[in-house]
Amino acid sequence: MADENKIKVTIDGKSVEVDPGTTILDAARQVGGDVVPPAMCYYSSLEGSGGKCRTCLVQVTKGSERDPRPMPKLVPSCSTAVMDGMEVSNKTSDRVLEARKGVVELLLINHPLDCPVCDQAGECHLQDLAFEHGVSQSRYDFKRREFDKVDIGEYIKLHMTRCILCYRCVYTANQLTENREHGVLKRGDAAEIGTFIEKNLKNDFIGNVIDVCPVGALTDKTFRFRSRVWYTKPMDAHRNCEKCSGKSVLWMVGDEVTRVTARKDEYGEVKEFICNDCRFDSKDVSKWTIEGPRKIKRHSVISANHYSKEIPKHTTLLNKA
Amino acid sequence: MSRKLLLENAHIEGINTYDVYRKNGGYRSVEKALKSMSPDDILEEVKKSGLRGRGGAGFPTGMKWSFLAKPDGVPRHLVCNADESEPGTFKDRYLMEKIPHLLIEGMIVSSFALGANQSYIYIRGEYMYVLQILEKAIKEAYDNGWLGKNIQGSGFDFDLAVTPGAGAYICGEETALIESLEGNRGNPRMKPPFPAVKGLWQRPTVVNNVETIAAVVPIVNDGGDEYAKIGIGRSTGTKLISASGNINKPGVYEIDLGLSVEEFIYGDDYCGGIKNGKKLKACVPGGSSVPILPHYLVCKTAEGNDRLMTYESLSEGGFETGSMLGSGGFIVYDEDQCIVRNTWNFARFYHHESCGQCSPCREGTGWMKKVLHNLEHGKGKQEDIDLLWDIQSKIEGNTICPLGDAAAWPVAAAIRHFREEFEWHVKEPSLSQEKNYGLVTEKQFETETA
Repeated sequence: MADENKIKVTIDGKSVEVDPGTTILDAARQVGGDVVPPAMCYYSSLEGSGGKCRTCLVQVTKGSERDPRPMPKLVPSCSTAVMDGMEVSNKTSDRVLEARKGVVELLLINHPLDCPVCDQAGECHLQDLAFEHGVSQSRYDFKRREFDKVDIGEYIKLHMTRCILCYRCVYTANQLTENREHGVLKRGDAAEIGTFIEKNLKNDFIGNVIDVCPVGALTDKTFRFRSRVWYTKPMDAHRNCEKCSGKSVLWMVGDEVTRVTARKDEYGEVKEFICNDCRFDSKDVSKWTIEGPRKIKRHSVISANHYSKEIPKHTTLLNKA
Repeated sequence: MSRKLLLENAHIEGINTYDVYRKNGGYRSVEKALKSMSPDDILEEVKKSGLRGRGGAGFPTGMKWSFLAKPDGVPRHLVCNADESEPGTFKDRYLMEKIPHLLIEGMIVSSFALGANQSYIYIRGEYMYVLQILEKAIKEAYDNGWLGKNIQGSGFDFDLAVTPGAGAYICGEETALIESLEGNRGNPRMKPPFPAVKGLWQRPTVVNNVETIAAVVPIVNDGGDEYAKIGIGRSTGTKLISASGNINKPGVYEIDLGLSVEEFIYGDDYCGGIKNGKKLKACVPGGSSVPILPHYLVCKTAEGNDRLMTYESLSEGGFETGSMLGSGGFIVYDEDQCIVRNTWNFARFYHHESCGQCSPCREGTGWMKKVLHNLEHGKGKQEDIDLLWDIQSKIEGNTICPLGDAAAWPVAAAIRHFREEFEWHVKEPSLSQEKNYGLVTEKQFETETA
């Protein structure tokens, strides 16, 4: 029997019952699989995040049981609450796919596409998104936006040129720290992430801005250029830490810990943030209790060669090669 | 000649001072409202008047007011949107500069109707001198007992403050305005929740345009029914139009809605015809973000009806052959003007003013500007025109706030109606740097729609 308090929503023909107030995106994640829209800016643990990148746009073909009219515009699934009886098209709507393709193209026009030298390559959400929804050629033939690289603190490098202004790090810094030291300066396509007069970000948890960054704009200075991520072996590990849970992932090359990150779920989101001590100052395997290899869903562009069937149709260049 | 409800006394010497304004019937509506009307009575009159938002969207004001949530013990606010930044629009500035007390009077009556005891006027940062005029007028109103505690012995406490922005078009969007008023970066908020439920400091808030609030004064004075007699259909009352461009008499006109566009452009009481005896080429009737109309669609609609200055008539034919009344920024182009250059200029503006929060607008506006720059400067390619069309379609409707739409519409309309001129810029790159294309022919339009 259906739970009285649950409401029913259908996404791409798959129904799920969720609590009132759930967003379309979270409802889709409860269904799982390919009905889940991609999200570049939404981060479930960060209050206020979402709505900005527009990659999670979906079409509401039926508003609710009470008011079945479709919504005229595409809506951001991360910040639109479901209604009882709502019907949503994600991958089944050409309009959605077309709009998403447009968003990807626009996100990429000012992105440097320097994946070969970017530390994020291999675990970059923009790379994955472009692989799934983008086209192989850009129509943009103007000079791309460029910024100087900036050190914001002892451990973090800001490479604004790669930034897609998802605001995740801003919310992280605001919600982790008491002072507002990290924000967005200027506006429009000149907007940039910045700290107050290039002030260092000093907070025991500030390293988490690196984990929430979907691209390679914020990178770990203790790991930069040390190794490609796909040459390192992720291991679940924990240590006794006074500041955080100590539950981390060690990225190992042999017995050497090259990098420590928090644990990300299948949507790339960290649920338990870790402190700077664990992340930057504990790169000695003897400090950790190893739990075992971490299972990573290999869906990224760097795993493309391992696909046997699921190459999306529009990557025709790859197919021909 | 149209009746004047707002600018009737604008020409009187010293009307910007309290004494002269009061002598000419000022603050009558406050007396009437506080003494003999309940807040619901005023709401009823505003509903009867059919007044629609004068800021651009044309949403019925009475309906907007009735959406205001009224939870117990939570203060409500009225915010006046004086962040008039749409290119081609300067009516609010004129009103505030000439008769600042009319806005203050409207704020008192409207706030009384909404149950707001503290309201704000958010004024555009560039209007610094108007800010000073308003501040002086507000001080006079306080000194004479029209603002503050227990106004005129009625028991209604009301405070009014005016706050300048820092010069951003985006802060005219109501949620960005609220963010800015709170002291934050002027980024639009996600809706819902709407300001009527959670606005300024998360309290129920109504945001209205200067002209809308001023129009409440004659509505309260003469009654909503009287106001509704002016105009046609659902376009009632008078509207301030900022006329600019190649006309003999640019300026701010108060017109009865329902006036024909032809009379407005050519009538001696209004714009007085095209300057230097030239021919009309195009017209943007409602501020830079609304679709541009080619000369053959300005005075007549595609159906052959007379085009009138009403919300409905200007949008007859949708975006295919119509436009919008918008904020009333009426820009007229003669045969010597270049549409490509004009579109590039608008695109430059929207690129500069995009807040950068959501990706389609942040990246798309800059791209459109660059492509248009090339086209205008003889460096364009034929496929650039289709590319532009594609970019605008990727922005429109996919952004958080209407700035994305506002940036996309003028580009779309220019290509829709003046494609020939864009193509000419590509085919004749050097000639297009020397002379202008001239008039677009109606023949082209007929073959397109056939």
